[in-house]
Order: sequence, then structure tokens, then C-alpha cells
Amino acid sequence: MLKQYKADLHIHTCLSPCAELDMTPASIIETASQKGLDIIAITDHNSAENVQAARKSAAQFNLTVLAGMEVASSEEAHILGIFDDDRILDLQEIVYKNLLPGTNDVSRFGEQVIVNEQDEVLGMNNRMLIAATDLPAQTIIETIHDLGGLAIASHIDRGAFSILSQLGFIPDQMNFDALEMSPNMTREKAESLFKDYSSYTWIASSDAHYPADIAKKISNFSLQAPSITEIRMAMKNKDGRKVEWE
Amino acid sequence: MNLQDLIKDLSLEIVTCEESMNNEVTGAYVSDLLSDVMANSNVGNIWITLQTHLNIIAVADMKGLAGIIIVGNRKPAEDVIEKARAEKVTVMTTPLPAFEAAGKLYQLLDR
Repeated sequence: MLKQYKADLHIHTCLSPCAELDMTPASIIETASQKGLDIIAITDHNSAENVQAARKSAAQFNLTVLAGMEVASSEEAHILGIFDDDRILDLQEIVYKNLLPGTNDVSRFGEQVIVNEQDEVLGMNNRMLIAATDLPAQTIIETIHDLGGLAIASHIDRGAFSILSQLGFIPDQMNFDALEMSPNMTREKAESLFKDYSSYTWIASSDAHYPADIAKKISNFSLQAPSITEIRMAMKNKDGRKVEWE
Repeated sequence: MNLQDLIKDLSLEIVTCEESMNNEVTGAYVSDLLSDVMANSNVGNIWITLQTHLNIIAVADMKGLAGIIIVGNRKPAEDVIEKARAEKVTVMTTPLPAFEAAGKLYQLLDR
């Protein structure tokens, strides 16, 4: 039987240098649950080190936490990779290997805090998470797919760090599972602006960096279960599964 | 001013389409956002960029640009070169960074 799931598939934690420090996994879970979400994805920049804490702290809530990451390609296009298993760690290893070298400058870019499910600080990530990898977008999409995850083009309506701003148009061979719209986009506006990409599935999410932004924009999924397999079916509009947003 | 005049001063290596060295150059545009180049470059412009993605060929072809200069010793992949040949888009590379390439080009065009 199909059920309705309210999903926000793009949320940053305090591991992302540009996110607020109160975006701890535990507080994100609590807020997401209070706001009535059923599925969220934790998607920090080029790292997944707070995913485990978020998944653990969700245990006592009726909330599915997907394991994600927002990877920056060599063209500086942002791509979400979303999983429901530990293969996010394989992606993390590949991303770390290909992230531009350097150490995070905390005063300029912000802290990159790794915490556990009780909001206790485990340490700092010292990599330049704000930077990009030297992996082309096409390679990132293929890598995510090989690992069994969903590859979603981040905020294609934004003027920076989106596949459209960086590459001008989406090449035919780029088989994104979905294109994401940011909170200020409406379905009506998107239909006139992005009609060239109507063959793709569109989702909308918050890209929250602050607690107040969680669930600011959501996608409604009709699924049998909150899994990647089911979400992929929804993105392909298969067997009654679907995704809608306004 | 045509492409031929630029080769030496900009330490250009021609990757594709030597036959179009007589393309008339009307100016130049420097940007790494392809969406911006699509919106703001003009016919006959040289495009200075560090992007090497395949889409640069389509953008240059669509906008009727005189050629692409890829800066900073970056080299386009084989599929990009093939596409450039097929679309007759001139691709050049230079070890110079964008600022220097643009500065030298500006002086040449100003002459």
C-alpha cells in the first residue's frame, strides 16, 4: 500500500562550514520531527561524517534519515548523492581522495564540527570542505549510481554552484535521478523557466543551513516504504510511486 | 585582428581547427560560468576560461565565438577535442592564467 511521505532531502549540519552551529544532528532530527517530516537527508558539503549521528538520534522518532552528501564537481556544480546504507562511506572515501588539498580556515569559512547523537563534539574536520573535488560532474553521477545511490542536481534555479549556472545546460548523457529546486521556486515558475528539462523529475527541498529553514520547502512522496529503491521508483513515476511539490 | 595575430603573444597552443586562424576577433569575454557566457558573450569574441567540460564547445558554437582559450595549462579531454573538431570550434590552450591572458589580449585588441 502506498503511503504519503513528507521529505526534505537537502539539510546541512554543523559539519558544513557555512551552516549554523546549532544544526547538530540531534536538533535537526527533533525539528524535522516537530515539523511533521517523514524523511530527511543529511547532506553536508563533501563529507558525511555527521550522518551516522543523525541516523542514530532518529531511532526514537518516526523519521527516516537518509545518508547523503553534497559533492562539488570540478566544474563547481553541486550534486547530491543520497543513500540508505553505508555505501555513503565509499562515496566519502572517493570524495576525500579527490578533494582539493588544503586545510579549512575556520575564521574565514566557519567551523566543521563532528558530533555524536548526543550533541557531544567528537572533533573537527580539517579538510577544505567548502572547496571542490577534481571529479567532473559526469564522474560523480556515475560513481553515485555505481554505489547504488540517487544523484540529484542541487538547486538548479540558483545562479551559482548549480549544474545550469556552471555548465549552461544539462548535457544529454547526465542521467540525474532528479533536479532540485530551491525554496523560493514555485512549481508554476519552474514550469516556465525550466521547460527544457521537463523530461527530468523535479523535487524541491530546503537546503537548510539554519534550524528555521528545515522543511521550508518539501517534496511529497507516495511510496510503499521510505527507501532509496522506492524513492527511485517515485522519481521514475513507476507503479504508482510519485513525487509532488508546489 | 584575427586568431593568427594572437598565437605568439599569448603563448597559445592550438588544439583544434587551425584552418580557422583567420576568424575575425571582435573582442573577448572572460568567464567560467557557462550560463553567463551564453547570456553575455558576443559573436566573434574570444572566450577565456578554465572550464574544460564538453559543454564549452556547444556554447562557443551556439554563440558564434571566434575561439576558446583555456588558461592555466588545463587541457581538454579527448571527447572535447573531438566535439570541437566536429563543430569546427577553435580551441587553444595557454600556460598563462586568465588575468594575464586577458590583459595581453586587451592590449592587442586595443592596438
